Amino acid sequence: MISKLQAAALAAVVTLPLALTGTAQAGATFDGVKQKGYVQCGVNLGLYGFSAPDDKGKWTGLDVDVCRAVAAAMFGDSEKVKYTPLSAQQRLPALQSGEIDLLARNTTRTLSRDTANGLNFAPTNYYDGQGFMVSAKLGLKSAKQLNGATVCVLPGTTTEQNVADFFRANKMNFKPVVIEKNEELHKAFFSGRCDALTSDASQLAAIRAAETQNPNDYLILPELISKEPLSPAIRQGDDEWANLVTWAFFAMVQAEEKGITSENVDASMTSPDPDVKRLLGVTAGNGKALGVEENWAYTIIKQVGNYAQSFERNVGAGSKLKMPRGQNALYTEGGLMYAPPLK
Amino acid sequence: MSKLVQALNSARVRGWLYQALFVSGTLAVGWYLVSNTLTNLSKRGVATGFGFLNREAGFEIGESLLTYAASDTYLKAMVVGLLNTLTVSAVAIVLASILGIVIGVARLSSNWMVGRFAAVFVETVRNVPLLLQLVVWYTIMNRLPSPREALEVVPHVFLSNRGLKFPTFVEHAGHGWAFLALILGIVGAVLVVRYGRKHRETTGKPFPTLPLALASVVLPPVAVFVGSGAPFAFDVPVLAGFNFEGGAAVTPEFTALLIGLSVYTAGFIAEIVRSGILAVPHGQTEAGLALGLSPAHILRLIILPQALRVIVPPLTSQYLNLTKNSSLAVAIGYPDLVSVTNTSANQTGQVVEAVAMMMAVYLIISLCIAGFMNWYNRKVALVTR
Repeated sequence: MISKLQAAALAAVVTLPLALTGTAQAGATFDGVKQKGYVQCGVNLGLYGFSAPDDKGKWTGLDVDVCRAVAAAMFGDSEKVKYTPLSAQQRLPALQSGEIDLLARNTTRTLSRDTANGLNFAPTNYYDGQGFMVSAKLGLKSAKQLNGATVCVLPGTTTEQNVADFFRANKMNFKPVVIEKNEELHKAFFSGRCDALTSDASQLAAIRAAETQNPNDYLILPELISKEPLSPAIRQGDDEWANLVTWAFFAMVQAEEKGITSENVDASMTSPDPDVKRLLGVTAGNGKALGVEENWAYTIIKQVGNYAQSFERNVGAGSKLKMPRGQNALYTEGGLMYAPPLK
Repeated sequence: MSKLVQALNSARVRGWLYQALFVSGTLAVGWYLVSNTLTNLSKRGVATGFGFLNREAGFEIGESLLTYAASDTYLKAMVVGLLNTLTVSAVAIVLASILGIVIGVARLSSNWMVGRFAAVFVETVRNVPLLLQLVVWYTIMNRLPSPREALEVVPHVFLSNRGLKFPTFVEHAGHGWAFLALILGIVGAVLVVRYGRKHRETTGKPFPTLPLALASVVLPPVAVFVGSGAPFAFDVPVLAGFNFEGGAAVTPEFTALLIGLSVYTAGFIAEIVRSGILAVPHGQTEAGLALGLSPAHILRLIILPQALRVIVPPLTSQYLNLTKNSSLAVAIGYPDLVSVTNTSANQTGQVVEAVAMMMAVYLIISLCIAGFMNWYNRKVALVTR
């Protein structure tokens, strides 16, 4: 006699593969997001200024603002975002597998990620570069004086390769100490286990601001040894979604160029400037092309702000990081931020 | 028809049927998972395959038994990581066993102080998560002075937060021969021990096994060393720039991981040893005392050989645990297999392949340890004649 339990087990074994085949792939990301009613956004586990929960548990930061801008464009509400905090290792698989719709997690745009890893990148929202932080006591002036140094590195990024490349190019030696947990890595550096800590310059500034009693005891050396264009990423294969993410960010940059802020955006609706009219949807067309409401850019500016507002609030003068605009200024001010025409 | 029903009612046929169904079901699920992963990866334009192993790794590794540079391949980098895992596991297994046996015996001591101390040790180390212990040990290591203020423990041996720096011999051809002589000496010692046992069993007379075996291990290499002109030069560590140069080093990461793993596992081994000893009836000890044997002899000749039969199987799983726990090294920066493979996976984006390789390697290591311990277990098992 087959007992009930045995029969059930048999049935499970036979039907399991059938059940699994049903869940192969969802539809296009754009439609999927629209249907769900929120954007699932992959962010950093906690990087001050880029994505970190504030004291009320609300996610804030420059990367978080990209998620919010996309949600504002799509749903008219920048709060319709669910955040997935991801480690450096988890982030690409999370995007590839469809667990998240958008990755805004200080991710460097590279050729191999664009191709072999199956990603597409939106415009760079922060131009960064890898640097070194050392104790001011060492009296170093340049990263070229680091021969023989022990260097603390966080794994799971392009960082390890960059630092090896820099030392090889300058015919110097170093010993890496690779620690996966941020807190342990920083503790190792601040206790003197390493002579230098290497990471993106913005992160070094964030670490210095958040974890030292006297930030002047530590020096960020002037050399930037790599180009780190930090860019939001999406999966390949949904051009509609890629368009929306791309232009949601460009709208913030364009708003800065036109001097439109979250405060004066309502007044700007009556502006005679045709560019502003198109941006804010007074002249219709852009919204339809992107598949969203015509006031999409107005909503972004109203709820999130323009790029300058986002920058100053999160990493610039209005934050603890006090990063200068540098390469992240508008092209009109000598930086690299440039929005193509929104028409 | 009735024949078919009859066959289906036979327990043997039904057993076969269920097993065949189960095996094919398992295979089908496995096949589905693999093919689903592959099709979805290729559908999303993600590269697959193991071709990346031959590409240049391009990252440095903090410590390595082989000469490794950033220009070597990913495969070589992973081998370096694997050797680091094996080194720390092997040394930790030895240390944990010694410490565990000592603590386990101490917990049974009739001395109140010793017994209590061992009990407190065991209960503390096995009830605090290993990751926390590792972090504590690593923090202690990092609290040591900087290289410029290093402690000179004995001349030319420096202790700092860069690790323990000590002088090494400058290599010389004579050393290789001395090493060869040492290996031959060890083989000789094994033969002496075997002969000694046989001699004792056949004649019942004692045989000076220990002195002869020691002589066999020590004398040949010393003779070769002196004979080749006693080449003797040191590579002494000297403070240069940021750190010491020359000599060899034991890094804080290695030390912290080694101590952490050994102490944690020793707590479990101590309990296993204690239970093994308690499993031997007290009458055996009394019989030994009645024969006039010393407590040390009773422990070594009567209790331990019997206790080992109880100890070895659970000990095997502790060794397996220790080896797998060594992967916590990523938390404190020791470049073990997991750490190196993580970096490789990240640089190449081929996470599935890298994780599969890691799983295969840990499986192989564990099976080797289990195989060896099972062989040892059969050796110490009760032989019924």
